[in-house]
Amino acid sequence: MQRYRWEAYLFLIPGLTLFCLWTIYPIVRGLQISFYHWDLIRLEKNIFVGIENYTKFFADPIAILAVRNTLLYTIVTVPGQMIFGLIVAVLLDTKIKGKVVFRTLYYLPVVTSWVVVSFIFMYLFNSDFGLVNYILKDLLHIISQNIAWLQNPSTAFWVIMLLGIWKGIGWNMVIFLAALQNIPQELYESATIDGANSWQLFRRITIPLIRPTILFVMVMLTIGGFNVFISVNIITGGGPLHQTEVVLSYMYQQAFNFLDFGYGSAISYMLAMVILIISYIQIKFLKIESLY
Amino acid sequence: MEKFGKVVIYLVLILGAIVMVIPFIYMVSTALKPILYVFEYPPQFIPKNPTFRNFIDAWNSNNFQRYFLNTVFVASFSTILTLAVTTMTAFAFARYNFPFKEVIFGIMLFTMMIPGMVLIIPQFVLAKSLGLLDKLSGLIFAYTSGSIAFNTFLLRGFFEEVPKELEEATRIDGGGGFTFYFRVVLPLSIPALATVTIFSFLGNWDEYTWALTTINNPLKRTLPIALRLFQGQHATQWNLVFAASVIAIIPVIAIFIVFQRYFIKGLTSGAIKG
Repeated sequence: MQRYRWEAYLFLIPGLTLFCLWTIYPIVRGLQISFYHWDLIRLEKNIFVGIENYTKFFADPIAILAVRNTLLYTIVTVPGQMIFGLIVAVLLDTKIKGKVVFRTLYYLPVVTSWVVVSFIFMYLFNSDFGLVNYILKDLLHIISQNIAWLQNPSTAFWVIMLLGIWKGIGWNMVIFLAALQNIPQELYESATIDGANSWQLFRRITIPLIRPTILFVMVMLTIGGFNVFISVNIITGGGPLHQTEVVLSYMYQQAFNFLDFGYGSAISYMLAMVILIISYIQIKFLKIESLY
Repeated sequence: MEKFGKVVIYLVLILGAIVMVIPFIYMVSTALKPILYVFEYPPQFIPKNPTFRNFIDAWNSNNFQRYFLNTVFVASFSTILTLAVTTMTAFAFARYNFPFKEVIFGIMLFTMMIPGMVLIIPQFVLAKSLGLLDKLSGLIFAYTSGSIAFNTFLLRGFFEEVPKELEEATRIDGGGGFTFYFRVVLPLSIPALATVTIFSFLGNWDEYTWALTTINNPLKRTLPIALRLFQGQHATQWNLVFAASVIAIIPVIAIFIVFQRYFIKGLTSGAIKG
């Protein structure tokens, strides 16, 4: 309604003010900080250093390790969550009883805070009295002695990734289930009459029809994967010796433990850029392919 | 064959559900154990001498009740403010035309792609200059401001569905835009508002990183960071840590189970539109 435009502004002012203050301004300010040796206490001491914080990153072996770990986390947990989530969704989309109960149980880890699920995994993977060692050693006899899962960098990181998958399955399931329920049943019925088997139904009808959802989930999970922080912060703190560091845990440490805000900002900015580029590529690439 | 397929489906689903739930059962069972039995090997699923002692001890230790109240306060206030502000913003986008409307909305959508933590440094610098560090009001400000883009996006679609005729009728009856917003659009959008309420409340209840970064005063802690520090101090008393954790997640799980319908709706409406 053109006549009432002033009303629109009244409704917009509170939200847009907070949005500009809390999101737009920090985007600009973060870029500025990344070009400085930033002193939080004495602002007059800030020194402009150009791209030094950025070049420092590429010469920093821990930063490179953090990037490698973050990529590994994303590459493992994104397909992991999607595959299990899709399997559960497909099974729940059949004519079975107790759907709501299953859905609730699978969704439980999603609603539980990262802090608490991280505790649970620390306890499960405890080297001396954890349930996992007990099952593997005493019940299944797969290992001969207890494994120090969280003290060893590579197994600790696998525990973190396993937690990421376990916690995310429920979310994937809900999104995929909604998409599956939108597929008209007639499509399956006519294909079955034409002699298609279940795998063909899945491959030729289900997958193409839920493609937009798969794309959406993939983009969201990739962003989430690059954003991994709390589980690392709680379970290993990036240690031992930075071996399980991810980009955000390293950024956080640089900024809030060493008060190197300039370097921290540069790391944040590069991460945001990488995420935007990858999201853009995923959307572009999959959109084109879905036309065929 | 049909029957056999069904049995396999049930088996796989049940197996999966066990994997999802066992860690929780194990947590609750540990929370019920006296300290003596926490390090028992082989681990016992059903505690031998179950006790509620840990829950009482956790509840009465280190200002835990205060942290619980802080969290209730912060989560409730942020949710109320989020509702007030984002319904207004979404209403403006849904029911009015103004210059650069779609450009501004596009920018909001774009910022949703940037993970929140990427902006934590400039936000920290800003919060410091606004005097918002180490205060519960600072948390409320941060949680409300951080929720605007997503909720505006979620609510706009719902508000657009309210028929134009209702708006015209309100105007003819002498009501202004605010009457239409408050008396017509909001009451018609209660399911959407429920979704926003639940998501913000739970999101604020669990928020960890910002609180960890800005809260120093032990009396101002919220549950997630209080739990973290509690675990740090009592690293070996897992029974206490888990009793505290259970207390902290009970409200979340209760809200989830009671309002499941809105949960699923909120998740999928966001997904399908995105």
